Amino acid sequence: MKNFKGKVLFLNRADINTDEIIPAKYLSEVSKEPLGPHLLEDLKLEGFAQRDLEGNSVIVTRANFGCGSSREHAPWALEVNGISLVIAENFARIFRQNMFNCGMMAVELPVAVIDHLFVNYAGREAHVETDLEKNVFTFSANGKQEDISFSISDFDRALVTAGGWVEYADAKY
Amino acid sequence: MGKTIAEKIFAAHRVDSPAEDIYILRLDAVFCHEITTPVAINDLVRRNKDRVFDATKIKVVIDHVSPAKDSKTALQGKILRDWARRHEIRDFFDIGRNGVCHVLFPEKGFVRPGYTVIMGDSHTCTHGAFGAFAAGVGTTDLEVGILKGICAFCYPSTIKINIRGRLSEGVYAKDLILSIVGRLGVNGATNKVIEFAGPVVDTMSMASRMTLCNMAVEAGGTCGICQPDMTTVEYLWEFVKGEYSSKQEALEAFKIFSSDPDAHYDQVIDHDVSNLEPLVSFGYKPDQVKPVREMEGSKVDQIYIGSCTNGRIEDLRVAARVLEGKKISRRVRGVVSPATTDIFRLAMEEGILKTFMDAGFCVTNPTCGACLGMSNGVLAEGEVCAATTNRNFSGRMGKGGMVHLMSPATAAATAIAGHITNSSLYLS
Ligand code: SF4
Repeated sequence: MKNFKGKVLFLNRADINTDEIIPAKYLSEVSKEPLGPHLLEDLKLEGFAQRDLEGNSVIVTRANFGCGSSREHAPWALEVNGISLVIAENFARIFRQNMFNCGMMAVELPVAVIDHLFVNYAGREAHVETDLEKNVFTFSANGKQEDISFSISDFDRALVTAGGWVEYADAKY
Repeated sequence: MGKTIAEKIFAAHRVDSPAEDIYILRLDAVFCHEITTPVAINDLVRRNKDRVFDATKIKVVIDHVSPAKDSKTALQGKILRDWARRHEIRDFFDIGRNGVCHVLFPEKGFVRPGYTVIMGDSHTCTHGAFGAFAAGVGTTDLEVGILKGICAFCYPSTIKINIRGRLSEGVYAKDLILSIVGRLGVNGATNKVIEFAGPVVDTMSMASRMTLCNMAVEAGGTCGICQPDMTTVEYLWEFVKGEYSSKQEALEAFKIFSSDPDAHYDQVIDHDVSNLEPLVSFGYKPDQVKPVREMEGSKVDQIYIGSCTNGRIEDLRVAARVLEGKKISRRVRGVVSPATTDIFRLAMEEGILKTFMDAGFCVTNPTCGACLGMSNGVLAEGEVCAATTNRNFSGRMGKGGMVHLMSPATAAATAIAGHITNSSLYLS
């Protein structure tokens, strides 16, 4: 199982699509690694530079993250950059499923909580830890720390634990 | 309480429910193309699971970049081709008989009412036009689909769009779906099935229904869906006539998968099209749409007619009617890509390709090409394309390029004028 902790990157925009996460021109790759340097290459977000990705393991963002093309190259590009957890108001269906299918997590939190995270942690070297048994994220920055609870379905949890849908499905069906 | 068509399909295909609201469904068809499938194949090989659940239910095409444009895309084609041979997948469509997947597979009769279909492609929702539950999935879902013939979905809640009124002259299914996406927003139907119903849909051709369902995903929808009716039977008759003694009998069988009048919907939206005008997208999201009239005169560099949204023969006919006897502006370049080999041939026989060529269009072979910015008409930075495709994301047709989505009629008129304009000018 992957671990879901580390430094947090805040992307303050809704509707970030998979073309922005990984542009179509890299879809001719047949393995994951070469996608790495191109993560969020075409992101339209004021003030964002690709070097901001460095060292982050978690993304917190707004609504409808991962919309557009179904490409699983999007979670893979995150994965090879060491990002295995995305927290957002909500996700496009295929992207969300792709994340769990890869044994990664895409977790939805209410708008007010996301707002709160942006206000209190964005731009402050924030860090998050995940307790999958208690369903709690622990956010910390500048010596301050707080628990934010979340929920995921039993099925999503089973996928994360199994390491993804291929392993789960082949063992079970 | 009655059930929606999607709920009936779920009930008929349920294998398991590992959590509340999660259904594992048995699949009737798994469609594959060369962009998303090779990674799945490589991963199955790596896991020592290079098997297929049923070679007759897997349909394969090389369509996104065909012919291959470089060694990388050639390798993608090769991985797919070798795999199809190794597993004796008979329905494999290589160059010379291929076409854009969501146009080709219906043309071959591979989708039936009540089917469950997945593909590693977001516009798989197109096939809902046949009364099937068809959804785009990622590579891992595709992998498990190939290996086990199953896929997990959330229990479908449905938004029903009751489409009433009459489409005016020069207004098409594309304008209608742009208006619906504009109304719902890019996130308005996330995780939902969009059921297109009402008198306007009842009188639509399968081609137009496919255009509608094609863009369900642009509002976030899992699947677009239409009720099977006599139009569906007529379209499929050539493929099913061995199975039913009459069209009426086929219709009865297909209609098992129809929504009950007392079905529960998440939302029912009344959508009157009487005053609908031709629409065009303006920003970088498909829900940013406005009347062509308000964009009149906007400069474009390229016109692209094709794709799984509007590359069918019906679309080419409409565009050719606008172009007939005219020349496109010298300020623009025109590219038309008939969506499949059969459409190409038919367009040739009907003289449509000649009309396009006489007007100054470049006719390309069937492929996705420019639609996703991979070949056959990629834009340069700062360039603008008037396109009959379905996505106007920034960079979609080439880094720094912009796309305006519109109907084939509007695109053809725009080609003649050299700037965005209404087709009614040329249709008198
Ligand atoms: S035509 Fe465009 S939208 Fe349709 S399948 Fe091809 S790339 Fe995707």
